[in-house]
Amino acid sequence: MTLGLEWSLTAWRRARPVRWPCAGALRLLGVAPFMLFALLFLLLPTGFLLLGAFQDAAGHFTLGNLRRLFERNVLEAFRLSLEVSAASALTGSLLGLGLALAALRAGLPAWMRPTLMTFCGVASNFAGVPLAFAFLSTLGRMGLVTLLLRRYAGFDLYASGFSILSFSGLTLTYLYFQIPLMVLIVTPAIDGLKSEWREACSSLGGSTLDYWRHVALPILWPSLLGSALLLFANAFGAVATAYALTGSSLNIVTILLYAQIRGDVLHDQNLGYALALGMVLVTGLSNAAYIWLRARAERGRE
Amino acid sequence: MKSAPSSLGAWLAMLFGGVYFLLPLLATLIFSLKMRREGYSFAAYQVVLNDVNFRQSFGYSTLVGLLTIVLGIVLVVPTAYWVRLKLPRWRPLIEFITLLPLVIPAIVIVFGYLRLYGSNAWLPLTGNARGTDLLLVCGYVTLALPYLYRAVDSGLGAMDVRSLTEAAQSLGAGWRSILWHVVFPNLRSAMLSGAFLTFAIVIGEFTVASLLARPAFGPYLQLIGANRAYEPAALAMIAFAITWAAMGLLQVVTRNHRALAPPSADSD
Repeated sequence: MTLGLEWSLTAWRRARPVRWPCAGALRLLGVAPFMLFALLFLLLPTGFLLLGAFQDAAGHFTLGNLRRLFERNVLEAFRLSLEVSAASALTGSLLGLGLALAALRAGLPAWMRPTLMTFCGVASNFAGVPLAFAFLSTLGRMGLVTLLLRRYAGFDLYASGFSILSFSGLTLTYLYFQIPLMVLIVTPAIDGLKSEWREACSSLGGSTLDYWRHVALPILWPSLLGSALLLFANAFGAVATAYALTGSSLNIVTILLYAQIRGDVLHDQNLGYALALGMVLVTGLSNAAYIWLRARAERGRE
Repeated sequence: MKSAPSSLGAWLAMLFGGVYFLLPLLATLIFSLKMRREGYSFAAYQVVLNDVNFRQSFGYSTLVGLLTIVLGIVLVVPTAYWVRLKLPRWRPLIEFITLLPLVIPAIVIVFGYLRLYGSNAWLPLTGNARGTDLLLVCGYVTLALPYLYRAVDSGLGAMDVRSLTEAAQSLGAGWRSILWHVVFPNLRSAMLSGAFLTFAIVIGEFTVASLLARPAFGPYLQLIGANRAYEPAALAMIAFAITWAAMGLLQVVTRNHRALAPPSADSD
């Protein structure tokens, strides 16, 4: 339909070589299909939920749902979600940065960098249910590492308080896609550091430490912090890995919401809306910070 | 310069990374081979591959993945092209929209679908199986939007959209033939890399498929994981191989693209 319109528009334009007389509105038709799609499958569904968070079952305005966000087990779920996301984002970005820096260092064989990048592409997408299986086979009660530690090191991982179904277990599992994601995001930023800057720094008598403190980190920090925030949102919204690891036994927000939607527990529509609102607030704020920092970093580079 | 100590650190970092990333794969592989008491065997793989539900759900997800790629490309390529050519001022807004699925968790989006397209809503798509399939594909296009749009847009950035369009127009080409004969061929590698990434996201996706109650591969994996011991490990290895294949093909595609691109394009 739209394509046809654009087409006839061109035919008309070719017939009369005038430059786009009433082009403004017609040009917008080119993005109309995309806008319609975004409206139907992204903006309206989300907006509907966010509005629903402020309505009661009869559709009247209320703040009661939001008050329920402060109920004990909901607060607990948000706390655990925030902790796991923050821990995996922080650790993931530090280790990812280290790995990316190591791969860019001279002195490593040339095949190592492309191999690492390919592997990171794979591992950052190897999330969800299969990842949970892999970690259960590794660090679960019958996992290979658990068994090897018990047999050869005499160390009982589970007696020491560790469980794959806990904060530390979940964080360790999330790191499997967080670290590679960080490597992928941060490598272009590190590549953007010009070697002249390092040379200029050392010709002025600066050490490697000076270079990092006064040149590289001030340039990199917005993208570092921004990447960490993206990792945070990435972990915060994850459902499948945690669900496949623990069923609905682990009390994190996404699993709570999943149970609400499925009707596994007391089915309460408006609490679901409020949970969704809470999640969008958390990821929205962290991503708004990301976009802002990103814009700043790019402005600094020009 | 002082390369000896620094490359030692680099080696240690790579060693750490290697152990952390390869150990779970190794453990999963070994675990998946231990189904038979008497020794290592591929029994778990045989059980999985002979399972009708495996084949059906995998086939279903493959089909959904392909449809997602087609719909995504049909939606994204003309839009990105048009925005670059005619609506540069709209670019930040469009980019913002394409990045929203990174902000709004998938579980929230699908929850919205269930409310908006539920059985007693104004457009009851979830009322029948085909409607729900359509909703699933649209949901996956939404999830893939940030990656697909970025891939296509940077592909457009690498070609001279304006000159190519004007050249085509001066030869008398209409919009349809510009898209088909000029834009699509030039974007082949960008679209392919977007497609592989989309496929890697869709094939094992759990949340959306499970909440829309479609017989996809992700929910099947979860079901097996909850009820079996050795088969999940075999499935994890299979899923890893699929992801690896998709990403490997992506690398091949982008590398060929680099080789074809003019050498002055960027720093590497």
